[in-house]
Amino acid sequence: MYPNPRVVDFITKHLIPVRVHVRENAADFKRLGDRFNAHWTPTTLLIDRSGTERHRIEGFLPVDDYLSQLALGLAKAAFAREDYPAAEHLYRDVVEQFPNTDAAPEGQYWAGVSKYRLTNDPSALKATSQAFHERYQDSTWAKKASVWA
Amino acid sequence: MPHEIHWGRDFDAALASADGKLVLLDFSAAPF
Repeated sequence: MYPNPRVVDFITKHLIPVRVHVRENAADFKRLGDRFNAHWTPTTLLIDRSGTERHRIEGFLPVDDYLSQLALGLAKAAFAREDYPAAEHLYRDVVEQFPNTDAAPEGQYWAGVSKYRLTNDPSALKATSQAFHERYQDSTWAKKASVWA
Repeated sequence: MPHEIHWGRDFDAALASADGKLVLLDFSAAPF
């Protein structure tokens, strides 16, 4: 996936890439693997400046799925720093840009939560629940949102 | 558009210079 130009472009724009190789950087692989409980390859972590892991991707994914997970990580980081307008926007981007990935229903769910956190208006959650009647009806996230109906 | 990813090797230095960006830490067994 890394040679793909869309992946290269996304990572270059949004992230600071660091690679530790199981053999070439064995000491760092062990040290950081222990620190973040990462003991399989490929494992991709998105880590904020405080050193907190915000998202994890384990195993190989095709390009769109991988990009959707990276985008989900950006949204999660915005949510974690309580920047709810940015989080909602980034989660909705996941849904719109990668509608056929596993990340999309998760994005739809958390976009609603972000809007609710921003407005404190429960109608944001109800609207999210209703949106799951239109798309991603069979997802785990639809079940989670069903309590907001 | 860049043609390749310029991987850093020093995680702690990357974190120190993150300045709003997230660090992508890739645990890899792929050939360099």
